Amino acid sequence: MATALTVNNPELVHVHNDHGHGDHHHKETFLTKYIFSQDHKMIAKQFLITGIIMAVIAMILSVLFRIQLAYPNTAFPFLQTLLGRFAPEGRLDPNFYLSLVTIHGTIMVFFVLTAGLSGTFSNLLIPLQLGARDMASPFLNMLSYWFFFTACIIMLSSFFVQKGPASGGWTIYPPLSALPKAMPGSEMGMTLWLTSMVLFVASQLMGGINYISTILNMRTKGMDLWKMPLTIWAFFVTAILGVLSFPVLVAGVVLLVFDRSMGTSFYLSDIVLNGSVLPNEGGSPILFEHLFWFLGHPEVYIVIMPAMGLVSEVMAVNARKPIFGYHAMVYSLIGITILSFIVWGHHMFVTGMNPFLGGVFMITTLIIAVPSAVKTFNWLATLWRGNIRFTPAMMFSIGFVSFFISGGLTGIFLGNAALDINLHDTYFVVAHFHLVMGSAAIFGMLAGVYHWFPKMFGRLMDEKLGYLHFWLTFIGAYLVFFPMHFMGLDGVPRRYYAFTEFESMKQWLSVNTFITWAAIMSALAQVAFLYNFVSSIFFGRKASQNPWNANTLEWTTPVERIHGNWPGEIPTVYRWSYDYSKPGHDQDFIPQTVPFSQTLNSNLPHDFEDDPEVEKMQTEWLKKNSPSQEVK
Amino acid sequence: MSTTSVAPIDQIKTTPWAGGRSPFSVEYGKMMMWFFLLSDAFTFSALLIAYGSLRFSAKAWPMPDEVFQSIPFIKEHGAPLVFVGLMTFILIMSSVTMVLAVEAGHRGAKKEVSWWMFLTVIGGLIFLSCQALEWTHLHEEGAWWGSNPFKSATGLPTGTNFTNLFFTITGFHGFHVFTGVVINIIILINVLKGTYAKRGSYLMVEKVGLYWHFVDLVWVFVFTFFYLV
Repeated sequence: MATALTVNNPELVHVHNDHGHGDHHHKETFLTKYIFSQDHKMIAKQFLITGIIMAVIAMILSVLFRIQLAYPNTAFPFLQTLLGRFAPEGRLDPNFYLSLVTIHGTIMVFFVLTAGLSGTFSNLLIPLQLGARDMASPFLNMLSYWFFFTACIIMLSSFFVQKGPASGGWTIYPPLSALPKAMPGSEMGMTLWLTSMVLFVASQLMGGINYISTILNMRTKGMDLWKMPLTIWAFFVTAILGVLSFPVLVAGVVLLVFDRSMGTSFYLSDIVLNGSVLPNEGGSPILFEHLFWFLGHPEVYIVIMPAMGLVSEVMAVNARKPIFGYHAMVYSLIGITILSFIVWGHHMFVTGMNPFLGGVFMITTLIIAVPSAVKTFNWLATLWRGNIRFTPAMMFSIGFVSFFISGGLTGIFLGNAALDINLHDTYFVVAHFHLVMGSAAIFGMLAGVYHWFPKMFGRLMDEKLGYLHFWLTFIGAYLVFFPMHFMGLDGVPRRYYAFTEFESMKQWLSVNTFITWAAIMSALAQVAFLYNFVSSIFFGRKASQNPWNANTLEWTTPVERIHGNWPGEIPTVYRWSYDYSKPGHDQDFIPQTVPFSQTLNSNLPHDFEDDPEVEKMQTEWLKKNSPSQEVK
Repeated sequence: MSTTSVAPIDQIKTTPWAGGRSPFSVEYGKMMMWFFLLSDAFTFSALLIAYGSLRFSAKAWPMPDEVFQSIPFIKEHGAPLVFVGLMTFILIMSSVTMVLAVEAGHRGAKKEVSWWMFLTVIGGLIFLSCQALEWTHLHEEGAWWGSNPFKSATGLPTGTNFTNLFFTITGFHGFHVFTGVVINIIILINVLKGTYAKRGSYLMVEKVGLYWHFVDLVWVFVFTFFYLV
């Protein structure tokens, strides 16, 4: 009986607490509750708020370089006021432009869409949706946040050093990153970038092994792997991906650090710098590219897969339908995870790679379109004839699918080794990845924020502002990135400070101006979100325990978000998390904690996993109660 | 609803993966250690693959037999790979003592655990000292990051990446050994203080044991690539 599951017995909390962090009676100071918290829900909020702050900073950086692209010949005195020596006489310094592009990419990819997204929702949802009191190691979890926070501070501090932040692009290819004298951003700024990233990887590792062992070890009774919500599956494979790919970046960075400071030649050979020949020989910058993209490509799936998980969950809840093809969704996640390790070469088609090897990477890359398409069709099929509730979270989820399709299609172009020779390093690439992993992942994250806000803060976000935010951002993102495809097809190179100075590309200035104003509009739209977010924390409508009528376990916890998550015993799980609109049941959702004996009207043979005895009982019950069947 | 008559319908599975327990019956910390080691294995693999790619694109490479010839304090030349063989033997012996510490931990024999842990720490320290002696010797011969005095078998100069890789990778491994020794000392102190006896389990010894064996295993690869082939 369900009532037996919610026995309010605080003594049990201690009995069932394996790790001894459920002591409800100790006094929490401000410091232990909000700053050095070991509670997964608070750490999730710390990750979220830090992530949002980093996202706002990175967005402002992008507006700054968009201004330069739209008005390459105009001086803006306010830029000098704002940036000082980085914008002499109101014109952006070319080196600083490169720094802006670099740090925008770094912050968005790593700090917002990796740590901000996984850090927030893995921490929040893994214990809550699996029925655990907390993470496997709350202490390591806290440490993970503080490493991340330190990495953020170091990354941002590079704006305050004499020569400015790193400016070799977020991929920090040598020789620009290996030779401190190569350009202003190669000096202190690059050192800080590398330091920051090492701390960041340590943070990811601590988070990752924590997520994995929590998911494997701490599922509640009845929560076998095939009863886990897709969010958890997504966080699980993402964590594995991170644990296996980030260390390769560490190895690459170790060698890079020695090239920078110890005079080694791992990535350097035959270089003339400022008129003098360097002694380095025998190294290869391509080696760094291999090491970097062995992380770099899985990284884009680290970015997108948690968003996929969040979107799958939000869509099923708000379409009031089981997710279409649950098993296919899981297998496609696993397929993407495995394939993502063997496609990195598609970033390097133009490095002089053997065309045969390029062909191999092309094939693996195109194969990854299969699981991606499986997921896309499953989302669409979930929507199909659903009883859709257009909450802001649902809008953002649908927006996610839209971006994923638009950006994914161009991925097929770029994955083609022959086409990539033309399109490499053009705005076509910029358009592609900003849609498919940038906008899509950020929409997944925003969907998660709108959907799980009540679980984090006990209140609901304002819907009207949510719709305003959605439409402005959705339209804005397309207006920004869609025209870039055409620029790319025309051969306009990315990362250039003033490419409209080239005679053949002059015509793109008007498009640049258009994109910049669209970007400014989308940036302003985020004010609606920020206002909504902050004011809802304090003044939002109070949420009920299960505001979305969802099935997953987190909505069986009290609104007050207590330490240890559940008062009394942790609930047992009887069914998968997608029993929405099940025929025969009087409600359109059946939480995972409801045993089958209470839903005899709606049980289906496959609910019992081919246990003939139980199936027989169910059939007999149906026979006995057949009048109620005829009423239907 | 006659819920009592259909009680079996609510029975949940009790198989290893059905939740409510660890599927491998492994404590979370040990599982974390395994995943950390998996991650670290990727770091070392990346470094060794970088070694392979740089070595095979190099025009010439020194002969390890000629580079590693000395036994500090005893013989300057003419004893190829003897010293490093000794180092390797000591590190592997320290793995053996670690196994014995873990085994004693299973029996809860505090005195034996501390004795074997002590020997493991000593083994680690000897290895690190040997490495320091070897590095000093090579440095005196003019080898360092960015400088390589060694010629190939045919007498050709060999670029600097031999020494670059040698010092970076053995250094990275040495750093791991150093970390392991520090952790082993901490665990040894805890053993002596009786922390684990009070806890009733010497699982921590087992976890650092995993790390220590991993570091050993990595050395086998580093040794093979730099000294043997």
